[in-house]
Amino acid sequence: MTSLPDQAHPDRTLPGSTRPPGGEPTPTHSRRRFLTYLVAAPTLAVAAQVVADVAGPATARALPSLPAPAEVLDLGDVLILAGKPTEDLIVVSVDQRGRVGLALPRAEVGQGITTAVAMLLADELDVPLSSVDVTLADARPELVFNQLTGGSNTMRSVYGPVRRAAAVARARLLAAAALRWGTTPGALTVTDGVVSGPGGRSATYGELSAAAADRTLTVALAAPKPTAQQRVVGTPTNRVDARAMVTGQQRYTLDLDVVPGALPTMLRRPPTINGTVRSLDNEAQLRAMPGVVDVAVVRTGVAVLAETFGQARDAVAAVQATWGPGTVDGEDDASIRRTLRAATPPPLAPGLLVQTVDAEFDFAFVSHAPLEPNCAVAHVTADRAEIWSPLKSPIVAQETIAAELGLPVSRVTVHVVQGGGSFGRRLFSDAALEAARVSKATGRPVKLLWSRIDDMRHGRARAASHHRIRATHAAGDVLTFEHRVASVETDFGHGLGEILTSVAASLPVAGNLSFAQTVFLTTVHSPYHLGVTTQTLSEVPLQMHTGSWRSVYSANTRGAEEVVVDELAAATRRDPAEFRRRLLKEDRFRAVLDRVVQEGQWGRRMPRGTAQGLGFHAEYKGCTACLVEIDARDPQDPRVTRATIAVDVGRAVNPRGLEAQMLGGLTDAIGTTLRAGLHVVDGLPLEGSYSQFHYTRQADSPTDVRVFVVDSGEEPGGAGELGVPAAVGAIANAYARATGTRPRSFPIVFPVDFEPFPR
Amino acid sequence: MPNYTFQLNGETVTVDAPADLPLLWALRDKLGVTGPKYGCGIDVCKACTSHLDGEAIRPCVTPTAEVAGREVTTIEGLADGDRLHPVQEAWLEQDVAQCGYCQPGQIMAAVALLRRTSDPTDAEIDEIQNVCRCGTYVRIREAIKAAAARM
Ligand code: FES
Ligand code: FES
Repeated sequence: MTSLPDQAHPDRTLPGSTRPPGGEPTPTHSRRRFLTYLVAAPTLAVAAQVVADVAGPATARALPSLPAPAEVLDLGDVLILAGKPTEDLIVVSVDQRGRVGLALPRAEVGQGITTAVAMLLADELDVPLSSVDVTLADARPELVFNQLTGGSNTMRSVYGPVRRAAAVARARLLAAAALRWGTTPGALTVTDGVVSGPGGRSATYGELSAAAADRTLTVALAAPKPTAQQRVVGTPTNRVDARAMVTGQQRYTLDLDVVPGALPTMLRRPPTINGTVRSLDNEAQLRAMPGVVDVAVVRTGVAVLAETFGQARDAVAAVQATWGPGTVDGEDDASIRRTLRAATPPPLAPGLLVQTVDAEFDFAFVSHAPLEPNCAVAHVTADRAEIWSPLKSPIVAQETIAAELGLPVSRVTVHVVQGGGSFGRRLFSDAALEAARVSKATGRPVKLLWSRIDDMRHGRARAASHHRIRATHAAGDVLTFEHRVASVETDFGHGLGEILTSVAASLPVAGNLSFAQTVFLTTVHSPYHLGVTTQTLSEVPLQMHTGSWRSVYSANTRGAEEVVVDELAAATRRDPAEFRRRLLKEDRFRAVLDRVVQEGQWGRRMPRGTAQGLGFHAEYKGCTACLVEIDARDPQDPRVTRATIAVDVGRAVNPRGLEAQMLGGLTDAIGTTLRAGLHVVDGLPLEGSYSQFHYTRQADSPTDVRVFVVDSGEEPGGAGELGVPAAVGAIANAYARATGTRPRSFPIVFPVDFEPFPR
Repeated sequence: MPNYTFQLNGETVTVDAPADLPLLWALRDKLGVTGPKYGCGIDVCKACTSHLDGEAIRPCVTPTAEVAGREVTTIEGLADGDRLHPVQEAWLEQDVAQCGYCQPGQIMAAVALLRRTSDPTDAEIDEIQNVCRCGTYVRIREAIKAAAARM
């Protein structure tokens, strides 16, 4: 692909983008210059590039006094900063049928980003949403750090580049029409992809696209529409892929028919985490089983390839092997909890004349458990490999697979397939890598499926953690707030470490911090003025399969803090809503809190055994408050009956999608706070299905839920993970009030109420 | 291997499969019908929910031999050509789906519920066990009620 510099101009449209003479830069991302490129293509294809970007977010903030690092530069800022040099490589095209296209270098896993990006394009280009095709880009190594879906960052990171490229595409189409009709672009209007000019002349984008792609065309400066002129962005919009989903036409990885002869493949895995295969003892018997085509031993287990998954599953169950030990064979919940407690620094001794609120919390491991299990299609031959899988970090997947197969990266094609959920899980490419290994070992194309049992036991999980919190107060004022977290090591080996290294000089943290500590400090911060506030993370190096789980550290860390905030309110004899209101750092925080207090009728009388609870959370430039009501008349069988949520993420690109994200966050919080976790026994989780890992079902879900979207800004903040921590706090607080207990261990109701599957 | 003939989404199909092969894999791996999804294989997640003679079944635990001579409907066979079933329409209106993976099963479960009772209560909706890991339950409930009102 060749490109040609087309124009250079400062972005002049965004309010707040100018720099007052002699003053500090204003806190927007727009104090930069942009280059747009015309990309060589048969149809119009435009990309926008940022140049001379000397002012990253790190230096462009008005700093509040004593801010936490995450308030200066959060993980989303880090991802934007790292992706900046290549954000121009997002290309908008308009073809001769007038269809607008964009291959998004992110993964759609249910969060609705393809819809939101299609809305940006439809708005900027004045075309109907139905004329826009947003697909998922293959791994593009030239994007370096700009193809990772995480940190609630997609809309934050593409909002500018996509709209800028679209604005230039529109300007070129208008310039082409103006030239054809001997007029100026200013005399033209666009409706639904049709350009109209003086004298009743009109032409479709499709008719103009070839002329618009002509490099000799002169085009005036173009900048995205100001917020006030947006017609699609900000309007509740249904998903563009909804029809495919309700008719069964949406194709997930294992629905694809892309490699003729790709065989259903499953694995038998060792009985403990990271165990090994010493020997396969009944290969001949397996090969003789009905439908079995091939058998191979790979690093992670014994693979069986069969005509159907049903037959592969039967053969996998019949595997007899000698297994080597894993990495945590002797560990169980009790030993891990002891280790975590030992690793949690004690709180500082309080001063003499102050009172303290102390609390310790434990959080269990939690499976990501996306409903589509780990899966991939792989076709490896002697000199190349082709992979299909739902991947949020496909460049790292490509590099890892290339290294494993001994192939140059250019010989490994990685297709990103829309996924059936992620919650952090698809940051890792373990299924893709395993499928590539099996395909190489057998010389056959494979369709790899992890059984649900394997997905829960050998898949990844949010790391278990222990929390020690001490707050001190005197005369009704909170003086200090100290939160020491110890967590089982979280694996960030999906490319985030490299990203953090690439922007190390801009990070607002100092000292010899691990990646995990850096992530902790760039995601967790208190939204309250709680005096001298300290939040730290220590990690325990247990080699288990972990990974960040929707909201990374915040669900546990901030969830526990919300519980302590309620206890502090009680200790200082204040109403929890009034207490929060007084201590919240920003007016927009108070606005969402006030909204739920009012809409959710905070303080209304509740029958015995039922209660209300409040939670608040802010991250990635967004904030939310959650008010729930719980029925805990049977403390072992609590149900959240009602929820009121208010959310402000700045510019809400698709309020309907944002509402869906908040509903998802609430549902995650109901599950993980009340009932859903993993028990580890002898180096392996016991849970192997949703009958054992008690994720929320319809019967656990409230019948009365309202979400209020407050649209407060020019740029979108992060939304995908925001909903979890506030709801965790609200549910725990409601449970505490309803039962008169102090929840300290999560999930709250967590018996082993099932017969575990054999190992 | 034995042959089994049955009605699938209004057409007669014959599949060559072991008698005990779960219908899910006969559908997906032999007949190329991929609407019903695997989420557990043991009748827990209900992602594979389809209909046998109009009633909800879980193909992951239904032996292929059992459907011989009978009528199987998957999500692909619910609409009448381009005309969606009212439950599918309600799903679109409420914008229920997030990742969408559970939705074929959710819709087939809802259709079966509405066949049993035209005006389901909240308690009856609560009995639907289908897991939605994305947490679309609130909208599912609204969509079922909207579909009930429309039918
Ligand atoms: S796959 Fe059939 S119930 Fe889960
Ligand atoms: S929409 Fe993702 S599992 Fe239900």
